[in-house]
Amino acid sequence: MAMAAIWTGMVAVSVLGGLLLGNGPAVAAAAMEGAAAAVELCLSMAGVLCLWMGVMEVLRRSGLSEGLSRLLRPVLRWLYPSFAKDSAVMDSISANLSANLLGLGNAATPLGIQAARQMSRRSPGVASNELCMLVVCNTASVQLIPTTVASVRQAAGCAAPFDILPAVWLASALSVTVGVLAAKIFAKFWR
Amino acid sequence: MDLLFTMLVPLIMAAVALYGMARRVDVYDALVQGAGDGLGVLVKIVPPLVGLLTAVYMLRASGVLELASGVLAPVLGLLGIPAETAPLLLVRPVSGSAALGVGAELISAFGPDSLVGRTAAVMLGSTETTFYTIAVYFGAAGIVKTRYAIPAALCADLAGFMASAWAVRVIFYRS
Repeated sequence: MAMAAIWTGMVAVSVLGGLLLGNGPAVAAAAMEGAAAAVELCLSMAGVLCLWMGVMEVLRRSGLSEGLSRLLRPVLRWLYPSFAKDSAVMDSISANLSANLLGLGNAATPLGIQAARQMSRRSPGVASNELCMLVVCNTASVQLIPTTVASVRQAAGCAAPFDILPAVWLASALSVTVGVLAAKIFAKFWR
Repeated sequence: MDLLFTMLVPLIMAAVALYGMARRVDVYDALVQGAGDGLGVLVKIVPPLVGLLTAVYMLRASGVLELASGVLAPVLGLLGIPAETAPLLLVRPVSGSAALGVGAELISAFGPDSLVGRTAAVMLGSTETTFYTIAVYFGAAGIVKTRYAIPAALCADLAGFMASAWAVRVIFYRS
């Protein structure tokens, strides 16, 4: 329902604003352009997006996620101290994080939900510090290769759609660090 | 360094293929299967994009977006964020497809290699649909008391937006 309110709001505000600001005819023209632009965008993104989904599937079948999961263990023990000895939870969390790193969103969400369910058994109905950490880590993007964005840039005629990678890595790292630190600090005094 | 990033796509493709072969994976079959799944993803995002890009185009044509960006400009200026990206900041935590629509519109309107276009792309690539994710996880785990999860996640989002603008300026404009 949230989206219904947002979409209705956007359209109503455009009509009202267009009339008040004297842009009525432009709004009318735009109403017919957006839909076509959406389909054109998806068509011009299709090639790059499909290619990368294919490359990611090769990675998934090669078992890179499992290797990554093992590498991530020490960090995860620090992030989730009270589950460090619970191997079932650690398995789900590390698989969730490695799927997130590889941009396998469809695989990451069920793994993360599984971890959240296992964690919530200790404190039903209340988000424990560990569960808050899991959610914060999943709301911050850690995807190493942002496929969709690159294909949008390519669709807009960009010659080097992946030249933003260093900037994305830097921004992601800072954002995750701030999220983790915020969660650790809030955990100290939040009842 | 520049050559490395120009060659990044073919390099990753070759490395992934060789790694897959070494692990005895049917590389080509996996590639084709994954590409097919990509089509499924595209088919799923077309309908929401049709709705949202229509609304975004109308908002931009109405002049309301410029008005809103103008109001938010002083605050965003303090944070080092280009005012043109204001609509993206507002929808990013709420809806992934709305953010993709707004971001794609910014990227094509200002150009993919412009300051605004690049900043929008980095923001899209380094943040997530926070409220949606929180709803999915806490819903599945039956959590009612969410404690500090939302404020902490929003701190990460704000840091991501500021860091995106800063990273683009430092890396592409050396300032």
